[in-house]
Amino acid sequence: MSSPTLKVEARGDREIVMTRVFDAPRRLVFEAFTKPELLKRWLTGPPGWTLAVCEVSRNVGGSIRYVWRGPAGEEMGLSGVVREITPPERMVATEKFDQSWYPGEAVGTVILTEQGGKTTLTQTIVYESREARDIVLKSPMEQGITMSYNNLAALLAQLANEKSQRSA
Amino acid sequence: MQPSGYAKLDATFAALADPTRRAILARLASGEATVNELAEPFSMSQPAISKHLKVLERAGLISRSRDAQRRPRRLEAQPLAEASEWLERYREFWEDNFQRLDALLHELQVKPRAKRTKRRHSKRTGDHQ
Repeated sequence: MSSPTLKVEARGDREIVMTRVFDAPRRLVFEAFTKPELLKRWLTGPPGWTLAVCEVSRNVGGSIRYVWRGPAGEEMGLSGVVREITPPERMVATEKFDQSWYPGEAVGTVILTEQGGKTTLTQTIVYESREARDIVLKSPMEQGITMSYNNLAALLAQLANEKSQRSA
Repeated sequence: MQPSGYAKLDATFAALADPTRRAILARLASGEATVNELAEPFSMSQPAISKHLKVLERAGLISRSRDAQRRPRRLEAQPLAEASEWLERYREFWEDNFQRLDALLHELQVKPRAKRTKRRHSKRTGDHQ
């Protein structure tokens, strides 16, 4: 099912940015992102999977551990360290999958803003590279490029396809 | 996806990070063009445009046609399609999670309200006694 409210785009070299509005005050959204008993109820991944292990430290330097379990008992683990935590508006943490398919660790930043009882989530994940991570931590918005790459990519691919079909 | 797949996506997104390169791709989407033709709309030297073309070429987003004299560049759709497909899968994964979060947030807001009403009610009843 698709919802018109979730936007996912690539930004810069190594960032993925997601924005989504939730019909709830940000205090609650923050709790849902940081309390294991709540995370286990929504961050369960693909159908048939559960978030079997969920530990999230509320302290800077504390650790994060998630283990998802699939229908056949297969497991996917992720570990991280909390870098910043400012309830109820901001959390930054590193993340690295046990069997990672990309080099190095990623850094995830969750920013919550509230307006009229609704909360806007901006979740940024920076893959690999220290420079990219420092950029996003120091000036997440200055690096912003408003163009949505995925829309552009889809459009260009479509145009090129149409063209090659015409010329074929 | 294989690590090489991710390295390729990295190259695609890095190439797309620059506005001039995005404009070049948009121009090539309507047909192949020579370096001179591509340089025209930008107030840029030909070497500067060539540098951007090299980045796009290395990312596999454009290629050179066989026409040896004009060497026009043309758009390669495959890496762009892969990049957009990756983002779409990623979006779907998170949208599933977020829909469950919607339901949970709704439940969390209904429950405490119900409890508070009950407490207030019993307190009031207590006052009367």
